[in-house]
Amino acid sequence: MTDNQITGIPAADLLGSCIKLKKDEYRIVQICAVRTQDGYELTYSFAKEYDMVNLRVQILVDEEIASISDIFSPAFLYENEIRDLFGAKIQMINFDYRGNLYRIDTETPFKQKG
Amino acid sequence: MGTRSIVPFGPQHPVLPEPIHLDLVLEDELVVEAIPSIGFIHRGLEKLVEKKDFVEYVYVAERVCGICSFMHGMGYCEAVEHTMGIEVPDRAKYLRTIWSEMSRIHSHMMWLGLLADAFGFESLFMESWRMREKILDMFEYSTGGRVIFSVNKIGGQRKDMDNSMISDFVGILDGMEKELKSLSYTFLTDYSVKSRLEGVGMLSKQQAHDLGAVGPFMRASGISLDTRMTGYAAYPHLEFEPITSSAGDSFARVDVRIKEIYQSIDLIKQAAAKIPAGDVFTPYKGNPTGEYLMRVEQPRGEAVYYVKANGTKNLDRFRLRTPTFANLPGLVEVLKGCQLADVPILILTIDPCISCTER
Repeated sequence: MTDNQITGIPAADLLGSCIKLKKDEYRIVQICAVRTQDGYELTYSFAKEYDMVNLRVQILVDEEIASISDIFSPAFLYENEIRDLFGAKIQMINFDYRGNLYRIDTETPFKQKG
Repeated sequence: MGTRSIVPFGPQHPVLPEPIHLDLVLEDELVVEAIPSIGFIHRGLEKLVEKKDFVEYVYVAERVCGICSFMHGMGYCEAVEHTMGIEVPDRAKYLRTIWSEMSRIHSHMMWLGLLADAFGFESLFMESWRMREKILDMFEYSTGGRVIFSVNKIGGQRKDMDNSMISDFVGILDGMEKELKSLSYTFLTDYSVKSRLEGVGMLSKQQAHDLGAVGPFMRASGISLDTRMTGYAAYPHLEFEPITSSAGDSFARVDVRIKEIYQSIDLIKQAAAKIPAGDVFTPYKGNPTGEYLMRVEQPRGEAVYYVKANGTKNLDRFRLRTPTFANLPGLVEVLKGCQLADVPILILTIDPCISCTER
């Protein structure tokens, strides 16, 4: 099992890596955000049969990152969730809820630790 | 082209078990587009990991959902155990397998009842739920609880089952298997059931793959994947294969889930025959460090538990990707082209759990 191999990549390489995985017939499993000291750590998980591949991108709080929803269409839900809860700046989501996926009173509640 | 109109559907609706909202774009009675909307019961349970220590958090993980409670606790425990290098005793692994499969039977029986209720077959609904009660009784007998029973802990199990109890359970399941034959005969052969489900809500194998579908919803479209095959708990020691159907319609989803109930009964019997004697808990010291992605096959499909630890008693992050979250894009796809009257049934065919999804 390769579930827990996580490969760090620059944000600029994300779309290229996703296109390659799509061509290799991987499906999207999840996108997970973690708040770090000065930004976010985004982990993109893909699977083919039982093999899972994880790509990790580090971005700063105000850094924009492109959506992968044009390559893996189900990514729109994960990306909207990350934007709602963490406030990460994900651009060009193919189905954009504009911060309204979750009906919550607090804006980006997971952005601050504690 | 007929007249286009938008019908808001949910979050409260007589046949919706959970609060999901859909904006249905209709041409006369035909659905041409469905826009899902969730967020009515977001509780922020993942955030609580910063306030509760990693041991206490087992109780929070179990409360993500009332149906998959046991498996949420187990998935979280297994993820933390991997970060700490804890080897759970074999007996605990078998117990986890037995309780997991009991959870799968109870979840699928509940789903069958809800589906029967949705297409108006009330006696089938009552019969499914009557049989499900036996599993809840078994939970109560073995753990003291019927819904949330807190038997998981980091390092193993809080409770053991003695071998006579396990034998009793096998006897109860033998009886259930016979009753299930008559129930499944109605589900799989009755004209009124078939007329509501056959050819409704088609999802091809390629669509299921591309849309990231999981669980019985995916397997009913012909994809032979089951996360139990990755080898957690005692599954590596048991004989089974993923159950699939190639039809890809709502009827195939019923067929797959019914066969999975039989499979779960068989897996419990196999586990009962092989369960070793010994402890059910491995003592450990210290706090978790590092990160781990744990995949578990829940009744509704693959769930992904991510933990990131920093060597303190509080985790940096816990993240749960639930099966319903993964199945929402597939649901939107199957709704396109269906009749308005079929919408409740199609929502049910993914076995939605919005509590899980929103956490």
